[in-house]
Amino acid sequence: MFDQSHDAPLPALPGVGYKPQHYADIIKDPDPVGWLEIHAENYMGDGGRPIAQLRHLAERFPISVHGVGLSIGSEGDLDPDHLARLKHIDDWLNPASFSEHLAWSTHDSHFLNDLLPLPYTEATLAKVASHISQVQDTLGRQMLLENPSSYLAFAESTYSEPDFLREIVKRTGCGLLLDVNNVFVSATNLKTSPQAYIDAFPVDAVGEIHLGGHDEDEDETGAPLLIDSHGKAIVDPVWALLDYTLARTGPKPLLIEWDNDVPEWGTLADEAKRAARALSGIPA
Amino acid sequence: MNVSQEAFQAGILDPERPAPTGLCNPDGAQATKRFDVYRNNVAVSLSDALEAAFPVIRKLVGDQFFRAMAGVYLRKHPPKSPLMMFYGEAMPQFLRRFGPALSLPYLPDIAKLELAMRRAYHAADAQTLDPQALGALAPDALLASRLRLAPAVQVVKSDFPIHAIYLANTVPESPKPVMQPECVLITRAGFDPQVHLIDAAAAKCISALIDGAPLAETLTDETLELGATLALLLGQSAVTDIY
Repeated sequence: MFDQSHDAPLPALPGVGYKPQHYADIIKDPDPVGWLEIHAENYMGDGGRPIAQLRHLAERFPISVHGVGLSIGSEGDLDPDHLARLKHIDDWLNPASFSEHLAWSTHDSHFLNDLLPLPYTEATLAKVASHISQVQDTLGRQMLLENPSSYLAFAESTYSEPDFLREIVKRTGCGLLLDVNNVFVSATNLKTSPQAYIDAFPVDAVGEIHLGGHDEDEDETGAPLLIDSHGKAIVDPVWALLDYTLARTGPKPLLIEWDNDVPEWGTLADEAKRAARALSGIPA
Repeated sequence: MNVSQEAFQAGILDPERPAPTGLCNPDGAQATKRFDVYRNNVAVSLSDALEAAFPVIRKLVGDQFFRAMAGVYLRKHPPKSPLMMFYGEAMPQFLRRFGPALSLPYLPDIAKLELAMRRAYHAADAQTLDPQALGALAPDALLASRLRLAPAVQVVKSDFPIHAIYLANTVPESPKPVMQPECVLITRAGFDPQVHLIDAAAAKCISALIDGAPLAETLTDETLELGATLALLLGQSAVTDIY
């Protein structure tokens, strides 16, 4: 199905989402993070500073390529041009990992730049599984699929999210990227238990964990509505859910995501240090 | 009720439409505000992408105007590719017809310049030609040959002072623009694209070189200062080969 001849996998250490404004700080940090994640789409130009910086960073850090634009949850076909661009990055960078989302963003050749939700049914399961197999066959590697943040539910869904993901793993051999903040956001928004979600999750397939900050709002009934904004520090209940998760998964590569209102490097490095303590079994 | 991605997308792009039936709150009621989260995410992320692409346009029209204009643009021209670094390709045409901006007739050409700067930033890296290679050729051989320019090199021509307007909004204490036609050459010697004011004759010559014309065929304008034009290109690492 796919070979395993790629570089060493991501280490079970904290990593951070790379932001160009942190380039100099990351290079000279005496206590560097274990690895970096980049968003694939930001490195799909032909050259210039972004590619040069990435080449330089890749000499020092394991790199995880995280796609945000492939639209694996599309009703329609994957965009062959975009898949070819991913293949190009995968070929020259040979990253430690490639991951994408259980979501869609492109329909009828319009790209909406957000991770949009899909119902969990037999039909969507077959579609998503065939897209993932196409990606893995094209890249010649296993990919990780990330659980989304949900703000609403589909009346037509017949699978729970963990069952849907377990079935995708069974059909495709892909791994999973477990975003603990997304679990917390979805469970709060849909009034379910985040611990029960983790209990039901196919943890054997987890290859990486994500952690990030969220915003708080309310829906029209006054019920809490959390928004996955990646623009704040990680809140304590999410750190506690991380401890709960790590007790099931064991140590995994653990990413701190901070994409909006990006802070100074020191703030991000402190979050990574807290993640390191959680990984070594000290409650975060 | 099954929700198609067609219906979901139509709801995202049209704030007047109700959320598609079949999307629910946790209590099973029809989702409204929860659907607005996606609407808002899409609108904010696309507006942010346009702000990043057109900082000079934004300065010229102000934050509030730009945000409102971006809201109209993103619904009329949603991205056609996931490469947000190039989003906004239709901005020059859009601005030519966007009523509230017609009093600033130079905006479309400034948008063209900002798009060209982005393309230059992400353009392929190129090996620079040693200027000696030109000097070594006999004049006839030089005129018969073509210059290959770096992928970042572009020319933007305008009936408005686009170079002066660009500088006035990016470099502190630049002179006030004077209403006159201007042409701009964009080069990228390192990683940061540079703008250079050039005259119409040089713009014509460099555009022809970009299109692959032999040097002799780019000399159509008798006011062209060929030596200065070649010196500018060579000095900015804009020439990659002679053939």
